[in-house]
Amino acid sequence: MYQTTRCVFKSKLNLKNVFRVCSTAAETATTTKEQERITSEGIRKKFTEYRYIYPEFLPSPEIKFRNAIREKLERKDMVARRTQIAIPEFYVGSILSVLTSDLHSPGKTEKFVGICIKREGCGLRAKFILRNVIDHEGVEVLYEMYDPTIQKIEVLRLEKRLDDELLYLRDALPEYSTFDVNMEAELLTEGAPVPINPIKIKLKPRPWLERWERKNLQGVEEINVPQHLWDRAAKSAKPWEKYDLMKTYMNTIPEEEQIEIFDEVKTQLQKLEITRKKMKRKRTFVKPTKLA
Amino acid sequence: MNAVFLRYLESIGKQNIGKFSFFHQSASLNEIRKMARLRVVDNSEIGKRAMAEGKPPRCIHVYNKKGVGTIGDIVLVAIKGEKKKAVLVGLKQNQNPKVPKYDSNNIVLIDDNGTPLGTRIHVPIPTILRTILKEKTHAKGAEYTKLLGIASKFV
Repeated sequence: MYQTTRCVFKSKLNLKNVFRVCSTAAETATTTKEQERITSEGIRKKFTEYRYIYPEFLPSPEIKFRNAIREKLERKDMVARRTQIAIPEFYVGSILSVLTSDLHSPGKTEKFVGICIKREGCGLRAKFILRNVIDHEGVEVLYEMYDPTIQKIEVLRLEKRLDDELLYLRDALPEYSTFDVNMEAELLTEGAPVPINPIKIKLKPRPWLERWERKNLQGVEEINVPQHLWDRAAKSAKPWEKYDLMKTYMNTIPEEEQIEIFDEVKTQLQKLEITRKKMKRKRTFVKPTKLA
Repeated sequence: MNAVFLRYLESIGKQNIGKFSFFHQSASLNEIRKMARLRVVDNSEIGKRAMAEGKPPRCIHVYNKKGVGTIGDIVLVAIKGEKKKAVLVGLKQNQNPKVPKYDSNNIVLIDDNGTPLGTRIHVPIPTILRTILKEKTHAKGAEYTKLLGIASKFV
């Protein structure tokens, strides 16, 4: 409770709304102030979304890994990299295509299309895994998001799934992770919320790579395992963990700190967003082809 | 001790072995060691027959000093009662960034000179093999890079 009040107060401080709170100004100014409040509220909302759009800007909550100067320098480097290539907003479950320059065949590039099954890492160590089935063979590639050999990251289908990780696709039937390599990017209307794909996939029969019956998966059809495995899953479950406030606190970055971090980079990020939108709108030049 | 334990297992009935966890179960490392089963992905006659019969080849030696095969390593496999050399062209194990990880452990059969026995590879091949196989090829020894010529796709 104390923390929430503190964070609300801090956020108000940050957005210079303090004047509104403690002002004794005349009634006439209320309309403009009201407007100001609404817009600032909108901005605030946007910044709370930044933690989902740019999760790698938030440092690791592990205390032994925290280092304010390193984090700041990393953020600077990340923004610098983002001015070179556009790293779009994407989520676990989105379909991406990544173009990298290939060290092993000089002068050539390598393109990989696949569904993002995992996102991890903070700062410059942010990584994601793409998965696809090519020629009936499941292939996964781990990419580092700020890898200088990456030439282009394109989101072909922006969507979310019901789970935070889709590692169970490794144990699912191959059609659930098969995507066309020559897929065209699907356009989403501006400002629309990111759609959530409610697909429920079917797992192959056991043996599996992990004990999926223990993971409380939302995106999987009913799991068929013998009763004794369900019993063991119930025994090892920790349903009280979601009430463990201390654990939540240790595993997250507090909101006031998040606002501080995104305050530092928001202007640059917004500028980059605007230029990217402009580039998108700009019609790409298509070389006219000679007919007959 | 072992005999006692086995007798105990017999006394409780074999169907119960799966029911209680007597054995420590941890995730497998997916390492290519001796006796690891592999999958032939080229269209060589012997490889095709071995896979069709459900008798995948086993690794019986890894030609490096660790004894654990990594991508691009040469292995000796036992396939249909014969000994053949093969190149590891795709592994289940976690790989470095940008190196593909596969759902099966794939090999391509070669002879002593490095010439592949088949004429086509029907799964994608990691591009890192271009560098690795070039390094492994000696001037007068086996020419492993011939394998890259029969690959259909690179990842």
